[in-house]
Amino acid sequence: MTGPAAAPPPALRDPAWLPRLGWSIVALVLLWPLLQATEFRPWVFLQPDNLRVSAHFVGSFVPLATDAEFLALVARETWRTVAIATAGMALALLLAVPMALAATRVLSVSALSGRMARAPFWLRQMLRWVLIVLRSVPELVWALVFVRVVGLGPTAGVLAIALTYAGMLGKVYAEILESGDPHPAQTLLRNGGSRLQAFFYALLPGNAGELTSYTVYRWECAIRSSVVLGFVGAGGLGQQLIVSLRMFEGGEVATMLLVFVLLVALADRVSAALRRAIA
Amino acid sequence: MTTPAERVFVVPAAQRATRLRVALLLLALLALVVASFLTLDLQWRAFASVEALQAMARFIGEFFPLYTSTGFLLRVAQGAWETLAMSALGTLLAAVLGLLLALPASRMHASDPARARAPTRLVLNLLRSIPELVWASLLLISAGLGPFAGTLALTLHTTGVLGRLFAEAIENAPLGPGDALRAQGVGKSRVFAWAALPQVLPQLLSYTLYRWEMNIRAAAVMGVVGAGGLGQLLMFHMSLFHMDKTATILAAMIALVLLVDALSYVLRRRLG
Repeated sequence: MTGPAAAPPPALRDPAWLPRLGWSIVALVLLWPLLQATEFRPWVFLQPDNLRVSAHFVGSFVPLATDAEFLALVARETWRTVAIATAGMALALLLAVPMALAATRVLSVSALSGRMARAPFWLRQMLRWVLIVLRSVPELVWALVFVRVVGLGPTAGVLAIALTYAGMLGKVYAEILESGDPHPAQTLLRNGGSRLQAFFYALLPGNAGELTSYTVYRWECAIRSSVVLGFVGAGGLGQQLIVSLRMFEGGEVATMLLVFVLLVALADRVSAALRRAIA
Repeated sequence: MTTPAERVFVVPAAQRATRLRVALLLLALLALVVASFLTLDLQWRAFASVEALQAMARFIGEFFPLYTSTGFLLRVAQGAWETLAMSALGTLLAAVLGLLLALPASRMHASDPARARAPTRLVLNLLRSIPELVWASLLLISAGLGPFAGTLALTLHTTGVLGRLFAEAIENAPLGPGDALRAQGVGKSRVFAWAALPQVLPQLLSYTLYRWEMNIRAAAVMGVVGAGGLGQLLMFHMSLFHMDKTATILAAMIALVLLVDALSYVLRRRLG
């Protein structure tokens, strides 16, 4: 080294090693109850019985099930999965858009001059709570409830997606509308424009890209969750998957998993392309 | 010459093309929606008729009052704790594994050949595109019923998601500090630990917390396939038509989800 002779040699040890070590130990201690609660025992995989069952099951993945009848079934169920997601999203939009508009604070006329009046404030707050409850209940639980009411089949799946996604879309739409520049909308409102005019000519043009992009992303998520909804009898690919899984038909399971991965990849591509085209 | 007021506004050609494209896209989407509704054998009548609405009202009426005996509440609390532990541990493991996989999945600097980038991303996409519940029902075969399979299922799916997000974050981080260290001959791992990681750490933590919010929802329903937590209690009482108990469990689920949302919100506030 050719540094100034007076400078002390740089510390070779991490100067903060003691607190780092301390926090790591604390983290490990906190981890212990989690491991207990989740019965975290990775070695069960290595027990000879389990090993044999797993090896047998994974071994039965090849050859994939490729008879024409089964493939036709898979194709039909794949379309149903997409259709459930799309129909659910359409209903969710019908619910979410009016709720989001009513919940948006920027569109408040009384808030233009100081504080929002009491009645509209509580209306908006209540709508927010409704949206929060809608999205806090997982779609699978909605599906379980609707399967009880309307019976097995895609109706339960469509309704479950519609309700959960209405909550998600409504909340995020309201947030997006409020996050932008409020001035154009407020100017329109101040000059006598109606709330709808303020939305169409000020808020929508400013946020259209973000709104569409989020909607398309959620549609992609809806396809993924509509597969899972089949697990509780709401139709589509998931229902066939669980049937094959229960019968240990490895080949059929593998084919459906493959189709599913391709479907998700396709939705991913389409969604990315749509977002690019609109942006 | 026309005065400015008389000039006819003509939409520029480029903008017309964009409008045409958007219109076509919207038409295609509309066709997809219509086709979806037409091909699904939806039973609106079973849902929208008066009897159906009455049945629905009765069904929801049975939810109340909630069942609140102490013994049952204790069981629900235990289920809630199991769900919380599954989501927390699953997310934590996924964050660690995701970071490990994000390293080969990202191009660290301009001249990095990053040969493992494409194959690692393929693995991440595979992990990501299979939902937690599907992973859980596959894992049940070798891990047996219970929260362990659920935790691993959350870990696998979330590793795919976080790995990809982490890789994007690492690739988008400014290259300057890393290049400066590399020019001094500092090794790869130390460049990552002292240049890239400190820059992206807040973002990685924020992604992890966000996934935790999603995972608490997923963990709550893991029990539907037998993978432990509140969902298992829910399935049990729902299939026996114990609607008041079901309602209590649902309330616990919502409370748990809101709790984790709030916790994650506070933590993210402090990060950013």
